[in-house]
Amino acid sequence: MANGLQVWTIEQRAVPLVTALLLVKRGSAADPGDRAGLAAITGDLLDEGCGDLDALGLHEALGRIGGQIDTEVGSDATMLGLSVLKRFSARGFSLLADMVQRPRFEPADFERVRDLRLNRLVQIRDMPPALADRAFTELLYRGHPYGHLSIGREESLRQLSLSEVQSFHRQVYVPEGATIIGAGDASHDELRGLIASAFAGWSGRDTLDLSPAAVAAPPAAPPFRLAILHRAAAGQSELRIGHVSIARSAPDYPHLLVLNMVLGGQFVSRINMNLREEKGYTYGARTSFDSRRGPGPFVLQASVQSDATADAIKEGLREIDEIRGSRPVSRAELETGRAALTRGFARNFETAEQVARAAAQMALHDLPQDYYSTFVSRILAIDETEVTAAARRHLHPDRMLTVVVGDREKVETSLEALGLGMPQVLEV
Amino acid sequence: MEIPFVRRTLDNGLEVLVHQDRNCPIVAVNVWYHVGSKNEKPGRTGFAHLFEHLMFEGSEHYDHGYFQPLQEAGASLNGSTNADRTNYWEVVPSNALDLAMWMESDRMGYLLPALTDAKFHNQREVVLNERRQNYENRPYGLAGMALVAELYPDEHPYHWLTIGAAEDLRAAHLDDVRAFFQTYYHPSNASLAIAGDVDVDAALSMAEDYFGPLPAGVKPGPVQTVAPPPRLVEKRLVHEDRIELPRLYLAWHSPTLFGADDAELDLVADVLAGGKTSRLYRTLVYEQRIATEVAASQNSRELSGFFQIVATAAPGHTLAELDAAITSEVQKLCAEGPTGAEMERGIAQAEAHFISRLQTVGGFGGKSDQLNAYNVFLGNAAYFDEDLARYRNAQAAGLTRVARQWLPHASRVALSVVPRGRLDLALADSSPVSVS
Repeated sequence: MANGLQVWTIEQRAVPLVTALLLVKRGSAADPGDRAGLAAITGDLLDEGCGDLDALGLHEALGRIGGQIDTEVGSDATMLGLSVLKRFSARGFSLLADMVQRPRFEPADFERVRDLRLNRLVQIRDMPPALADRAFTELLYRGHPYGHLSIGREESLRQLSLSEVQSFHRQVYVPEGATIIGAGDASHDELRGLIASAFAGWSGRDTLDLSPAAVAAPPAAPPFRLAILHRAAAGQSELRIGHVSIARSAPDYPHLLVLNMVLGGQFVSRINMNLREEKGYTYGARTSFDSRRGPGPFVLQASVQSDATADAIKEGLREIDEIRGSRPVSRAELETGRAALTRGFARNFETAEQVARAAAQMALHDLPQDYYSTFVSRILAIDETEVTAAARRHLHPDRMLTVVVGDREKVETSLEALGLGMPQVLEV
Repeated sequence: MEIPFVRRTLDNGLEVLVHQDRNCPIVAVNVWYHVGSKNEKPGRTGFAHLFEHLMFEGSEHYDHGYFQPLQEAGASLNGSTNADRTNYWEVVPSNALDLAMWMESDRMGYLLPALTDAKFHNQREVVLNERRQNYENRPYGLAGMALVAELYPDEHPYHWLTIGAAEDLRAAHLDDVRAFFQTYYHPSNASLAIAGDVDVDAALSMAEDYFGPLPAGVKPGPVQTVAPPPRLVEKRLVHEDRIELPRLYLAWHSPTLFGADDAELDLVADVLAGGKTSRLYRTLVYEQRIATEVAASQNSRELSGFFQIVATAAPGHTLAELDAAITSEVQKLCAEGPTGAEMERGIAQAEAHFISRLQTVGGFGGKSDQLNAYNVFLGNAAYFDEDLARYRNAQAAGLTRVARQWLPHASRVALSVVPRGRLDLALADSSPVSVS
């Protein structure tokens, strides 16, 4: 559109619903250093009243049209999703546009939402997965735009002012650089019309630095390989093992997709079969490469019974090491591993929302128009030796950080014997 | 609105439902066995769910892990157990339908020969870890257990959670597993739904080929139970946990799934705590700011239901404050009923929800799962439109009546979950309860 907003439309006529997805290419990586949580709270405040409607009024209006709003603030982007009954699509789009363009940002709502977030941070003290995620993120990415959870920190949230939120909104929620995807039970013309009516009046230019995470210096590796956060009498240890890895734009991205499926990306994978099916240590263990606009983390994560903590870490690191060459990916593993990406590919495009999200990925990462239609052949072109070679290039177990949230008394001795050095003791 | 299907009952009693949807070149295969934790006995709880795990460990004609061939075919798959039923499903590319059917039929008919002590012991360890992960090692993780233990008498099938007691799991033997399979896992106790990119006749024919030869088995009778006696006096309990903010659980006995008043109570839950327009959100979170979150649900199941309100106190606020505010709102709703705007919203949301349920063929809650749910619980796989009508036809007067009937104060169980050593934060006169 003339204001710089990219518009994509998808007809999907299965049910009388319309989905709108608005992608703004700013997320928690755009938080200033001492204002961790700014992007997320700004996103959270968008549904607290807009234009003539206060918070409750907006939700009443949405409720009446069978509408549902979801806001996700990730590290590199914010996505606002609306799903609405087809017959109310005009009203739905108009409400979405108001939320984005004219949020009220009332002081009382700001205080309330901030308090809810602060309370959430308090509760995290007892949530092993959240504690593990936070410690892992902060240690791997210290000083880097990815170095905090999007919810932020207590100190930074307390210091935040409403005017900073307003300022962030003005700078970031602009049509230039943003993409809106309309998908569902309507024609391309109808969807374009809905979007134009709602968003043609939107103006503004993005004045922030481009993708802070993509241009930031790589973070320094943590000075230790093992860290523990004590949780007394915990029946399980929460594990995060990994290091900084590739950005989405890396040429090896498809190789690592396949590698991940073989290593720990689905039930039949080396790590899950080892830790769950052979050893019974866990309900499930998995790996992921979180490839972002900047270099995202590789992580092995699992909740394992406390008395198996050290062995689970040892086995996890061993699997990561072996797939680099001493036990290379076999042809059979390749077939099983890539099947979800090839034979199973169609499953990702069943609903209008799935298709819209796929389009959002294209917008976020500047993927070519034919990305999905060429995806399967791109995966099929990768053989098992190339997958193993990619593992060698991108997995470095000797540099990995292991974070344990568990009972220090039960596990400390066995951890010390792992050969990863003395565990660094972390505070909640 | 409906999920059109064709139905055939095989000679061995297996009910087969086929729904065609050419939207995407995938097919969902979904099998329900009419067995859940309600079929267990005290001392052997957790069994139905442990058994579900064992269904993925190989069967006589394919004695390897269930996941492997299906993942190799590009499938997504899973299963689940609840109090009333166990379901298993896979979503495969259209051309892998016969693989899915073959695998499901082999484990329906031929699981036992492949069952070994090693598999049993391994999956028991996995389930014990599932229990640690989802119940023991998470904040408020054991509250649900304490609540149902109080709501239902010791012998009642809903007295325990599906995950079961750790000591029961440890006491189980492989022979128990064999007996369980023989009693519950056969065609006459199952329903098979196929939804997606299929030719209906071909799918029915395939079902006949793969499942037809399996012996019928004896369909087990329904679980005999006595309805819990009406509660005449509120019961207050307190559980200490590793948490920062105290939380209040309130529960009342309520209608069964699809029973009279079930839909109305569902809408009552919506009026009370369904999103930011709801009464409890408005009062507790938005205006008074005494709670960080509040939720309500009509948890309806086959034998009995319970209605639940849960609220977490904001720092510096007590569960007594929360209780007073919640009680006041519930009483107000009982006295005055919902407004026209609330009815309009609740019904619009229900309609949107039903429509959105039609988008997916497979997985939990997909069309194949829904067909099986209606078939197993009601004997009427065509119930979708009637189900929606229960909501569309709801009236304000109906909601008022059910709120009064089912939510009197004296009928409540009130569970306070408090940080360790802070029994003082519980509602007055709460009896300590211990769960592990």
